[in-house]
Amino acid sequence: MSAPFAWIRPEPHGIHVVPADTWIDPARPVDSALVTHGHADHARGGHGRTIATPATLAIMKLRYLTDAGSTPVEYGETIRLPGGVDATFVPAGHVLGSAQILLEHAGERVVVTGDYKRRPDPTCPPFECTPCDIFITEATFGLPVFRHPPIEEEIAKLLKARADNPERCVLVGAYALGKAQRVIAELRGAGYREPIYLHGALERMCRLYEELGVDLGELRLVAGMPKGALAGGIVLCPPSALNDRWSRRLPDPITAMASGWMRVRQRARQKMVELPLVISDHADWDELTRTIEEVDPGCTWITHGREDALLRWCQLHQRKARALALVGYEDEDD
Amino acid sequence: MERFAHLVDSLVYTRSRNGKLQLIADYLRETPDPDRGWALAALTDGLDFPAVKGSTIRNLLMDRVDPLLYALSRDFVGDTAETASLLWPEPLADPGPPPSVAEAVTALQGMTRATAQAEVAALLDRLDANGRYALLKLATGAMRIGISARLAKVAFAQAFEVSVDDVEEYWHGQFPPYAELFAWAAEGAPAPDASHVPLFRPFMLAHPLEGPAMAAMEAEFPNYAAEWKWDGIRVQLVHVNGETRVYSRSGDDISRTFPEVAGSLAIPAVLDGELLVRGSHQGGEEGGAASFNALQQRLGRKVVSKKMLAEYPAFVRLYDLLIREDEDLRPLSWEQRRAELEAFVPRLDPARFDLSSVIAAGSLDELAVIRERARDEAIEGVMLKRRDSPYVTGRKTGLWFKWKRDPLLVDCVLMYAQRGSGKRSSFYSDYTFGCWDGDPDAGAELLPVGKAYFGFTDDELKWLDRHVRNHTVHRFGPVRETDKSLVFEVAFDSVHASKRHKSGVAMRFPRINRIRADKPAHEADRLNALRALIRD
Repeated sequence: MSAPFAWIRPEPHGIHVVPADTWIDPARPVDSALVTHGHADHARGGHGRTIATPATLAIMKLRYLTDAGSTPVEYGETIRLPGGVDATFVPAGHVLGSAQILLEHAGERVVVTGDYKRRPDPTCPPFECTPCDIFITEATFGLPVFRHPPIEEEIAKLLKARADNPERCVLVGAYALGKAQRVIAELRGAGYREPIYLHGALERMCRLYEELGVDLGELRLVAGMPKGALAGGIVLCPPSALNDRWSRRLPDPITAMASGWMRVRQRARQKMVELPLVISDHADWDELTRTIEEVDPGCTWITHGREDALLRWCQLHQRKARALALVGYEDEDD
Repeated sequence: MERFAHLVDSLVYTRSRNGKLQLIADYLRETPDPDRGWALAALTDGLDFPAVKGSTIRNLLMDRVDPLLYALSRDFVGDTAETASLLWPEPLADPGPPPSVAEAVTALQGMTRATAQAEVAALLDRLDANGRYALLKLATGAMRIGISARLAKVAFAQAFEVSVDDVEEYWHGQFPPYAELFAWAAEGAPAPDASHVPLFRPFMLAHPLEGPAMAAMEAEFPNYAAEWKWDGIRVQLVHVNGETRVYSRSGDDISRTFPEVAGSLAIPAVLDGELLVRGSHQGGEEGGAASFNALQQRLGRKVVSKKMLAEYPAFVRLYDLLIREDEDLRPLSWEQRRAELEAFVPRLDPARFDLSSVIAAGSLDELAVIRERARDEAIEGVMLKRRDSPYVTGRKTGLWFKWKRDPLLVDCVLMYAQRGSGKRSSFYSDYTFGCWDGDPDAGAELLPVGKAYFGFTDDELKWLDRHVRNHTVHRFGPVRETDKSLVFEVAFDSVHASKRHKSGVAMRFPRINRIRADKPAHEADRLNALRALIRD
């Protein structure tokens, strides 16, 4: 490899670490994969070898029912890959187990953020800034209209809706991995001590979080509860169940959704949400741009999301940048 | 303004009609004058501030945000006011308390083109994101939050327990902030007197004849009269106190666009009819009307040249007589009104008015055969009106039906897609499609022939959005060019020759009839097939 950084190649189906023949978050099965975090679009099954943090591997095992080929690497630990590439896992603050991956080869440093956020999250360790030459950043909320409000405000909205409607329940759509547990932990942090009710699809992941040391307070399954018992309660379900037949068993639910997309009214309307909660596990515009300034890389590569706008910001601020066209990431999920 | 912003925000997220009515009614009861009157005007699209346009807001943002970042944001959000409300930078110094609705309206009314930018900015600085959204919606006169003017009027009636028909009737003689209307409804003051102003009376409308209504019509046919549904625009003519107004379907005053029509009614009356342009194109027994294409030359013009008046002379084909010389005929049956109308038409200028004929048909089957002819005669279809129906506002079930001719169909290939606005924001929902300019297997190209953004279900929209994202070959700003693999069966009402389009044709009212994922693109229709359907 002669040209600088020729050893790291963005391909349509993932980022290829050429000398190690290893892929980062590949969209299809490969012999050797580095996985940043457990969301299904990043952590696909069927790789020969999967290198990730222990928590991410536990999440993958829960989903794919196998841990064949798992190679756990703790935060801060470095693993030597074939071809003289060192990989280090650094907290990304996105969900439990989420990591940025620092790659070092021939004196050159590349950081792949995976998905990340900068806001405090009681369910996972915070993002750490890592100096590097090339910073490969996500751009899910890469538009200046996205400025996530403080989570305390959104949790207060949820608690107020509950208090104002004692005969109804608040049904919160939240992704099964990360968002659901964060919403629960933040409710506990705000002093909410009542049992929180779960759709069956959220149970296993919540239990896993508890096993991995995250306290979520008392959780109960909706299944089997009499309808009246849920009045005045808070129920969590996956977003797909919000307007599903399943929710008919609840007492006149107020439909809420915890997602960064809720910032845009029409998005909330499309999901038929009555109570939008702007709660995101991704960096908002200010966090994305501040992080690029703090990391201060030689060049920024921008992936999955709204690359155009972040690329423009880099140009306006005299920073070298390029947009990668990776496929297979569900850019609409948060 | 905070209370109004909260109302707007709640309305956006409330799905049920009753929930929306409740929110608006509560607001109208609890908010003092004149704020509630201005808010009501905003909800019913009754406010216009000539100095503040969509471009004012765009320019305001361009001064503060990079133009490309603004454009990308606007494209994603799908709404200028919302984009601006989210992008607006928080002020550095304390800008003062938020303005009331009345204060904001007064400020907006006082603005000129020259001062608008600075003054709107000063108002925005005093509001939070929700307040900015509400203010910008109010300032640009387009709320588009899923509230029809009708719904707001129903809520008004509900708030003060008055009849909604009375509200509709008194409404049009009143101006924001509707002090008289509130005094009448909320405080029991005398009703506003409307006899001296050329009021618009909301139209009586028809349901499409389909499903159970179609099945029931077989037996019910003798109770209905059939009329042509002419292909022009529905208008209401009102003459009071020597003044004539021509109103469009939405109640917009279009008298200035059709001065020859407005100038030829001199008898106090309210008439319902179809505005058409003289020509030889639309058939039927009356004949004498040009295609809709010709009428389009006249629509939307504020100034009408002599040449226009000579080339495209307008007239009205009358359907109904609502009021004649202070006598309100609306409670009468259609049959009685029809007799009154037939007696009335000879008193009018024959160059500007004629009578829409009643179709003689003994049965629904017979009418179906007559309706088939509608295409060749370029008529939109037929109407069925219950003989004993009074003239009532809106769509009352079972009284009037419209039975449009079947659409034309053509298979086209998806070429470009663009994101939608409003509730389609972020979805690729506007599709440009084309036909082959010759034999595709011999290298012929696709030429765009039309654009459609409805006709599909929400689930189909999701599928189409995914198809567009996965089959993009080029991006031009907000537009994606696709790989031209997907066939649409496009339905449309008619097709006309057009010099403005490269394909030489323009479709009227195109919509996606079916998604033909099963059909290979090279089997889609050729331009010649479409040209053969032109009846200009």
